[in-house]
Amino acid sequence: MNGAWMTVLRRDLLLAFRRRSDVATTLFFFLIVSSLFPLGIGPEPAVLSSIAPGVLWVAALLAGMLSLTRLFAADFADGSLEQMLLAPQPLTLLVTAKVLAHWLVCGLPVVLLAPLIGLQYALPNDALFVLIISLLLGTPALSLIGAIGAALTLGVRGSGLLVALLVLPLYIPVLIFGAGAVAASQHGMSAQAHLSLLAACSLLSLVLAPLATAAALRISVE
Amino acid sequence: MSINWFKYSSPQAFYPLAGKMIPWFALLATIFAIAGLYISFAVAPTDFQQGEAYRIIFVHVPAAWMSMVIYIVMAGWAALGLALNARLSAMMAQALAPTGAIFTLLALVTGSLWGKPMWGAWWVWDARLTSELILLFLYLGFIALQASIDDPRRADRAGALLALVGVVNVPIIYFSVKWWNTLHQGSSINMGAAPKMAATMLMGMLLMALAFWMYTVVVALMRVRCIMLERERASDWVKALSVSAGEKS
Repeated sequence: MNGAWMTVLRRDLLLAFRRRSDVATTLFFFLIVSSLFPLGIGPEPAVLSSIAPGVLWVAALLAGMLSLTRLFAADFADGSLEQMLLAPQPLTLLVTAKVLAHWLVCGLPVVLLAPLIGLQYALPNDALFVLIISLLLGTPALSLIGAIGAALTLGVRGSGLLVALLVLPLYIPVLIFGAGAVAASQHGMSAQAHLSLLAACSLLSLVLAPLATAAALRISVE
Repeated sequence: MSINWFKYSSPQAFYPLAGKMIPWFALLATIFAIAGLYISFAVAPTDFQQGEAYRIIFVHVPAAWMSMVIYIVMAGWAALGLALNARLSAMMAQALAPTGAIFTLLALVTGSLWGKPMWGAWWVWDARLTSELILLFLYLGFIALQASIDDPRRADRAGALLALVGVVNVPIIYFSVKWWNTLHQGSSINMGAAPKMAATMLMGMLLMALAFWMYTVVVALMRVRCIMLERERASDWVKALSVSAGEKS
């Protein structure tokens, strides 16, 4: 069971490494979206630092969502997804490996890049630290919930837009707690409550989302 | 004595039953609506703070209730359809979704019409308004997913799964929005602290809610009859139906 899990993880990471431009696109999208806001709003540091938590979190959310359609599409096209459905190992487990690979490829780079953009938004140091922690705790939930949407829209026409419509409302709690944590630390309050709730969101979706994703894959592929 | 619970679970058996039920529920909806409107406009007293404008709550509150009830009922039908692999349950879920979305929209529109004279703003980011808006997004996502999948069986099951995921998320979304709201703005507007309602006002609201409920049953049954005919158009009973309708005319 462990062997299959590691194999899927290693395979997905290797595939992502062979198509590095896909990863770069996600990062570049995150970078460009968050650079557009100062151009539209103006360079006032006070204004920028007050909108920074929301803008950075929304940008991270959209960047993660854009890459969702790729999560199962290639495997669906070449038939390897069917092999995973037929495999003796539980599909739920294989799904967690794929989602982890997606997070390592699309989520983690955004987390690492975010403090750099936070500097451009004149965020103070402790808020930057909370930003990294909140993204680290929250983005796994985005990948996990997003996988349900990606599985449901597999092979459907216009799936890119449809994923947005299905998944974005479900992202709202993560956005609220994530941006709330950074805003709380900006206002000199403890971000601990927000961070705990964010971790709770991730843990809850770690338990439930792979089950729903596996069920959705079976519906979509059969 | 054992009851055959599944007798009406086949579209063929349910189609005529639904046709017989529609006029009765329509009658009930009309009676409740007339009684409710009479109480809300003629009997209920004018509010001493809000004047006559408050009367929009007789539409607004029942619509908001129904928007939530319909989502739960829809998810219930969806779960039943997934668990028992029953076609009719999935069709019921599909038939309920547009009505739920319309009630959500109605609650939002009447809420903003009420908010303008009362709060001085068409829209405030109040926890209830925001979660109602998110509920509308959930309905639209369900409808869009079902509409974009061509195979009806797959559309049913994918929609059912989405409805279940949504129903698990609704409380989480509601509380997160509530906490977000209390953190961001003080309780300048508090709907919970409104003075206690007069009994006649509550009566009017309950009657209107019943009217909306019966209306929902009527339109859902009408819509499910259309869905049944459309999906089963190749089956013998639909063909026999169209032949007998042709003979009558």
